[in-house]
Formats: sequence, structure tokens, C-alpha cells
Amino acid sequence: MFEFDLRVDACGLLCPMPILKTDQAMASLSGGGKVQLLATDPGIERDLPAWCEINGHTLIALVKKGRTWTAIVEKGL
Amino acid sequence: MTNPSPAIETNIRALGLLSGGLDSTLAARLLMEQGIEVACVNFHTGFCIQSHTGAIRNPKVGASPPRHDALHAAKTLGVKLHMVDISSDYVRIVTNPKHGYGKNLNPCLDCKIFMVAKAWEMAQKLGYHFIFSGEVLGQRPMSQRRDTFPVIDREAGVKGWLLRPLTALRMPETEPERRGWVDRNRLEGFSGRGRKPQMALAKKFALKDYPSPAGGCCFLTDENYTRKLRDLWAYRDNRDYSMDDILLLKAGRHIRPRPHFKLMIGRDQAENQFLSGFRKGRVVIQTVNLAGPLTLMEGDTSSPEDRLLACRIAARYSKGKDMDKVQLKVEHAGVSEIVEVSPLPAHELPDHWHV
Ligand code: SF4
Repeated sequence: MFEFDLRVDACGLLCPMPILKTDQAMASLSGGGKVQLLATDPGIERDLPAWCEINGHTLIALVKKGRTWTAIVEKGL
Repeated sequence: MTNPSPAIETNIRALGLLSGGLDSTLAARLLMEQGIEVACVNFHTGFCIQSHTGAIRNPKVGASPPRHDALHAAKTLGVKLHMVDISSDYVRIVTNPKHGYGKNLNPCLDCKIFMVAKAWEMAQKLGYHFIFSGEVLGQRPMSQRRDTFPVIDREAGVKGWLLRPLTALRMPETEPERRGWVDRNRLEGFSGRGRKPQMALAKKFALKDYPSPAGGCCFLTDENYTRKLRDLWAYRDNRDYSMDDILLLKAGRHIRPRPHFKLMIGRDQAENQFLSGFRKGRVVIQTVNLAGPLTLMEGDTSSPEDRLLACRIAARYSKGKDMDKVQLKVEHAGVSEIVEVSPLPAHELPDHWHV
């Protein structure tokens, strides 16, 4: 399992709230810090990689289990 | 990119309002062609469509997952996107728009003024020289008209600082053009509802993957949705709404058998699960030993007769709708009980109960 510094539970929230919550959590971390995101909106599957790419973050993992996605995002330097 | 203009030397930065549709994407691209450093902002109002219906209901087999259009447009453009939640401030715009509503409950003019003002405020704070949008003269009946553009600019306090690259040649010169930051000759003069010039420009820029304009940008232009919002307001003392309220209007079958209460009934397993997240403060009705929807009862739910009627309606949408009796579990405020009811026959559920 991956280690992380902060957890964002966005289960039940619709797009774009899971991304907005992750963004808010990221603000309190310095480069290299990791957020674990839990989400149920299927949009996350395409949106999180795109968001990471344009913001220079690294998507370390994005795994679906049942109806829940778990992701680990590392903040860009 | 071709022929960068003086913008490259002076590092001119512009912040664009990006919906993710073709027009705002093209507007950004036109400025990038001139060497302007572009970033974009996208506002979350709470009413954004962004495939919410797709996210709430069971996906169609083989359908690709829904996506956030602005995010993907920003990725295609290769620009930074500021995603900003304005949903709480936006309540005032929806409940009391100074310029009124469009065809449904869409306060487009007030909405535009609010977003443009916010974008300009951000631009000044983050050091952008001007803002831009993908608006095209005559494209939308309420907000994109010759007489409304000056209203937007004036009321948002951006006179001269909001550039509309796609329609600029039909508008007075803006500050960025006057100062030589933007070459006016390389902007466009599109107008009207036609899409051909935009499609041609998209082809020139090799942009392929953009959403269809028919998708619309928010639920406030959707007739079914706004009917439910009007219903919500009609049976409350005021027009306020919470985030839960507006989310719930996006899901389920809504039935109002009495003025003082309403039912929201899941139409598939995914909707049941979605509704299940809104149990707090509502009565929850579910079938026992039978497939059936999750039903939420909201409003004044105290009367036993009303609860019985709610249960009979809930049973009508279950697999037991033709049975004499259906068992249901009724939960409220941590207390649950099992009841047995006869499903309400179709002829006892008049059409006007459906919101
Ligand atoms: S359609 Fe909705 S988001 Fe678009 S301008 Fe009108 S009110 Fe605003």
C-alpha cells in the first residue's frame, strides 16, 4: 500500500468536487507531499490524470474497487 | 505556433473563462498563436452539467466515463486551469437575478457578469494583464447580444479589459489591442448562431475532441430540472436552496402527492446509492426481501397517513407492484420499523403528482 500525508474522502461527491477537494488539500502540502483520494464519481477516471498533467502533479496510483476509486497523487515540486 | 507578436517580448499574460466548449477553447488558442501566455479559469456553480446525470445513473454498457470538459480542454491547450467553487455566492444570482431569467431559470446575464467580475478580480490578483472569453455576438439570445456585451463589461467593472477574440472585429477595440499586446488583425469577427467558422478554425488548429454545443452549460437551462426547482421554491417560504437540494433535483423520480411533502424515488441501483447519501433529515423507505427503489420522503413527514401514502407509492415502483402486500422498512432519525402496505394502483397516482 502507498503512504500518504493527507486523505481526501470525496465519496458521494460529484464532479468537479473530488478534484476541487484534492486541490484544496494540496495547497497545505509542499512539493513531494502525497494525497490519498477516495471518490465514487466515475468522472475521476479521466479527470484526475488530466488534472495532474496540467498542474504538474504525479498520479502514482488510481485503482477502482467496487464503485470506489482510490488514488494517490504526489504534489509537483 | 506561427509569427509570434510583440506579446512574446513583453510576456503578456491573459486569463480566459473556459467552459470547455469549442468557442472558449478557440478563443484561448487564437491568443496563444500570438505568443500570449494563457491560463484559464472555470467556475463551479453547483448547476454545471458536466455529465452529472451520467455520474449518478448506471453507465450504459461500453460508454466511456464522463469527463469535465474544461479540464480536458485545458489539457488539450496545454494551459493551467484554475477551478473555482462559486456555488455559495451563486445562490444570490439564481434566486434574485437583477436582469431576470431566460427561457427557464437561467439567469445568464447576471451569471456572466458575476463570472467576468470574478475572473477579473483573480486576474488582477494573479498578475494577468487582461481577461478573455469565447463569447460570440448573437450566439445566445440572453447574454451574447450587441446590447448585452456593454452591460456585462460595465457591471463587471472590466470595461476595455475583456477581450472576445472570436467576435473582436465586430466590437470596439479593447485595451490589450490598443496597447499593441494583441494584434487585432489576427482576431476574428464571427457572429450569429452558425458554427461553420468555428469548425473551420478548429480544423485549422487540429482540434477534434470537443463537446457538442447542444450539451448546454448548466441545469438551469433544462426544462425538467427547472420545473423541479420551481416546485421546491413554491412549497417553501423562501427561494433559498442548499447544495443538497440542488443535487437531489438531479436524481430520481420526484413525486409530490401533498403540498407539504415530496418523494424522491431511485430509478436504478446507482441512483438508489446516490439518494442514500441524503438520508439525514429525511424518511427513508426501502423494500424488504424484494427488489425495489430507495425512496426519500422530504418535507413535513410527521403524519402517519402521509407516511402510509408514501409507502404505498414506494411499493408501486418495486417488483411487488402487482402483489397484494409489500413489506417495507421505514427509517427516520435512527428509528426503523417494518410495515406492510398494498401498492398504490396506477389510477390512484395522478399525473400532476409527478414534478
Ligand atoms: S447557461 Fe447557466 S452557466 Fe451558462 S450563462 Fe446561463 S446561467 Fe450561466
